[in-house]
Amino acid sequence: MVMDHRQNHLEGIRALLSVAIYPLQMIVNLPRSGGEWIAETFATRRMLQQSNTALHKENLLLRAEQQKLESLKMENMRLRNLVDSAFKLGERVLIAELIAVDLDPYRHQVLINKGSTSEVFEGQPALDAYAVMGQVTHVTPFTATVLLITDASHGLPVQVNRNGLRTIALGTGHIDRLELSHLPNNADIKVGDQLVTSGLGGRFPPGYPVAEVTSVTPNPGQPFASVLARPISKLEQARETMLVWRLDTLYNYSPTAAPSSEAEQTEKEPTP
Amino acid sequence: MTLTPQRGGLVIVLSFLLAFLLTVLPLPEWARFFRPQWAVLVLIYWVMASPHRVGVGVGWTSGLILDLLTGTLLGQHALALSLIAYITQKMHQRIRLFPLWQQSLTTLVLLLIEKLLALWVLGAIAQPVPSLTFWMPPIVGTLLWPWIFIVLRDLQRRFQVS
Repeated sequence: MVMDHRQNHLEGIRALLSVAIYPLQMIVNLPRSGGEWIAETFATRRMLQQSNTALHKENLLLRAEQQKLESLKMENMRLRNLVDSAFKLGERVLIAELIAVDLDPYRHQVLINKGSTSEVFEGQPALDAYAVMGQVTHVTPFTATVLLITDASHGLPVQVNRNGLRTIALGTGHIDRLELSHLPNNADIKVGDQLVTSGLGGRFPPGYPVAEVTSVTPNPGQPFASVLARPISKLEQARETMLVWRLDTLYNYSPTAAPSSEAEQTEKEPTP
Repeated sequence: MTLTPQRGGLVIVLSFLLAFLLTVLPLPEWARFFRPQWAVLVLIYWVMASPHRVGVGVGWTSGLILDLLTGTLLGQHALALSLIAYITQKMHQRIRLFPLWQQSLTTLVLLLIEKLLALWVLGAIAQPVPSLTFWMPPIVGTLLWPWIFIVLRDLQRRFQVS
């Protein structure tokens, strides 16, 4: 046990043994996946049309946003180039589904249906449609365990979106609460402030939303204020999660010699 | 003990598999904390019923599988289940003769031991102390014990597991 907790010697063994467990997990997941299959198969034409129109509208809106974003991204890169700072390239994402399996009720973990065969790795960030969900802790060939940010053993470096104040969001073991540690009583933080990942620590890419500050209580007798936040992602309702790979190429933006991965994007971009 | 081939190993394995499935079966949020320790209950029964076949080794293996299934620290359940298998094996002749309600009480003690060890491990890895609902599964398990006992005993007789 100590070996599993302190060092990671047993990770390989755990992965190996977990493969044997996989059929059990699949059986448990069967009612849910079967139910979804039936719902999809017997969906009426009308329902499909409705959802199609809704998605079409949403897609249009997102496209419009995207256009703005692309030009802003370019502008940002040019400005960064002016001040000679390196810019981290984009990320690759993969969508994984949660397996309907109940894990230990006192740990905040979920099981997903992608594993090392899909190049999932330990420590990989997982997001949902709204914000950061957690990070991968155990990887087996076909599944992976994601530790949610609210687990009591999880800490996430964040910063306040409004002014860049850095802190660490610690999980509390409550699904709707994060604690911000080591903030002095006079720190510039207010209820409603949005927290984003700061990218310090090197695990999470910077700039993803994490949580919203719900209460700030200065403790005059204590060196630090107690600040609580609520995760933005729908941790207890999520059905899917996005796994993020960082494309770790640092480069200075120059329009003439863009790397090939970015080349496709720049081609679509109308020249300003 | 004897030279006759042992029968019904499949029944034991299948009952354990069912217990594992019930352990990870998704439940509504309010019911999650009341889920009885299925694997421990099944283990107690089989150690009591055929102690020469199911013992500490089986306890350890099933505990390891539980650890993998529930994503706890590798060895947490294995330790607890080995201990429970050991205690039950030591006492199986006495427990077998108890009336059902007295058996249930013994089961309660064993289930509490399992939870206590889990709590100890949680404390050792600096997890916060869980709320009082942490102690609910042993009570639910105790209430379920007579039914589990009767069902498994009928299965045992039907398939003549020795």
